Amino acid sequence: MKYIFKKLVSLIIILFIVSLLAFLAFQVIPGDPTTKILGTEYTPERAHALREAMGLNRPVIVRYFEWLKNFLMGDFGTSYSYSLSVKEMLAGKLPITFVLTAISFTIITVISIPLGILLAKFEGTWLDRIFTTMNQTIMSIPPFFIGIVLSYIFSIVLKVFVHGDFVSYTVDPVKFVKYLFFPAISIAIPRIAMTVKLLRSSIIGEMDKDYVRTAFSRGNSRDSVLYRHVLKNSIVPVVTFLAVTIADIVAGSIIIEQVFGIPGLGRLLVSSIFNRDFPVVQAIVVILAILVVTVNTLADIINQYIDPRIKLR
Amino acid sequence: MKKKPNYYLYIGGALSAVMVLMIIIGFFWTPFEPNAVSAATKFAMPSLSHPLGCDNMGRDIFSRVLEGAGTTLIISVSTIAIGTAIGTLLGAFTGFYGGLPDEILMKVCDAITAFPSILLALVLVSIMGSGKYNIIIILGILFIPSYSRVIRGEFAKHRELNYVKNARIMGAGDLRIMFVHILPNIIPVLLPAVTIGFNNAVLAEASMSFLSIGVQPPDPSLGRMLSESQTYLFSAPWYAIGTGLAIVLLILGFSLLGEGLQRRNQ
Repeated sequence: MKYIFKKLVSLIIILFIVSLLAFLAFQVIPGDPTTKILGTEYTPERAHALREAMGLNRPVIVRYFEWLKNFLMGDFGTSYSYSLSVKEMLAGKLPITFVLTAISFTIITVISIPLGILLAKFEGTWLDRIFTTMNQTIMSIPPFFIGIVLSYIFSIVLKVFVHGDFVSYTVDPVKFVKYLFFPAISIAIPRIAMTVKLLRSSIIGEMDKDYVRTAFSRGNSRDSVLYRHVLKNSIVPVVTFLAVTIADIVAGSIIIEQVFGIPGLGRLLVSSIFNRDFPVVQAIVVILAILVVTVNTLADIINQYIDPRIKLR
Repeated sequence: MKKKPNYYLYIGGALSAVMVLMIIIGFFWTPFEPNAVSAATKFAMPSLSHPLGCDNMGRDIFSRVLEGAGTTLIISVSTIAIGTAIGTLLGAFTGFYGGLPDEILMKVCDAITAFPSILLALVLVSIMGSGKYNIIIILGILFIPSYSRVIRGEFAKHRELNYVKNARIMGAGDLRIMFVHILPNIIPVLLPAVTIGFNNAVLAEASMSFLSIGVQPPDPSLGRMLSESQTYLFSAPWYAIGTGLAIVLLILGFSLLGEGLQRRNQ
């Protein structure tokens, strides 16, 4: 309990620092939002009036706390380019990226953990060697290239998947999830290779420890040693890695959404960077940062639950 | 017992050497002019004269891949140079002296490495703008933490070893101990980190150019070619395959090399 409490306190501190950095980063940008909003109607007087109206003339620290307060209340500001509230713009996109991440993460976990255990069991055999070599190769393929190859094979050659036929979850949830399957696989494939490699070497490293020899000497079978003793210890680095993976899947989805034409968070982020629409970029970055930090904290807590020896330094 | 040959090192080394050699030749000579448009060869299939075929404007894809890979190589090498140089300096000083600056630096590095680098790169691009030189600076900055962490750990370890104490007794100053005595001993650890960093740099550059926020025209880029090739996936699948395979082989070579170097250390 004490561990969880301390972790939560440090989570809040980190989130505070992240929010401060995310706010300050967008304050140092040369140029002024008023030029962008006024466009061709720009005159110094109008700019000054708009700055006054937007509260840009107040000190940075005051504006930060106001921004933070609004952010916590769910008000992410107004887009420069579309004069829409950022919240509205994000509302339809977040679930898409969230579902994509969830599918991808499920595929990674379901495939890589059994496969990693299997390869560790058959360490040194031809099966292990083939997969280990394949793994190293698969890790080197960027997800967006896998996406292109998959859409070529399944949509042009086999014609089982229509590229660009994206349906929103509000229209047809089943078709929506089906469309996200191939993008999810594209992100998952290199990650599966990495997770398998980590789990395999983690189990093999653990097998040499003293407690394993003791367990064997008490007459346990190989399987019982593996599943009851070794797995618990060797899964710890994998949990940490899977937490990092969630963040990487979200980041990977930014690119995969471009490949498969999915109108998710990533596409909005890229187009907002193009348009220099900073309130949108800022909101997405802070939301993703909250996700990354929270997932890492969660992984630490799960690990402490699996292995109570893990204590705060 | 006979030692098992380190195939990773040999295959990775050979593959990277061939790729880099081809790219370097590509700086001076390509089979065709990379931007030469020709109606006759529009969407030409791969053949002996055009090994990877031709694109929508009849340009030779192989020549363009060479040129694009050249940009990727320049960006990756510069990125690694910035990351390694600054990372090594930071890691050396904090690891050697320890104390509060060390703790602060490691916390900052932890925070930065916790975020996906492509996300941080996107934020920096939105602040600094895109283009070849900005990409080098941005990726260079993002690569500093991973190097300074590796180097810091090694310096903190070596600081306590006997050869360092010995050098100190003989009157060597701190700077001399750090860069003449400790640094050469760390190179076996630094090398795999450099090759893995090279991989990440290639991947990051290709991803950013794929999103068209990386290298800007007229600079050629593998990532942008791949994103353009998607439009012609139906009529000219070799465009995407050839470009993509070039990226894969470049990454694969250095990934095997890095793995091989790591195994040699063990």
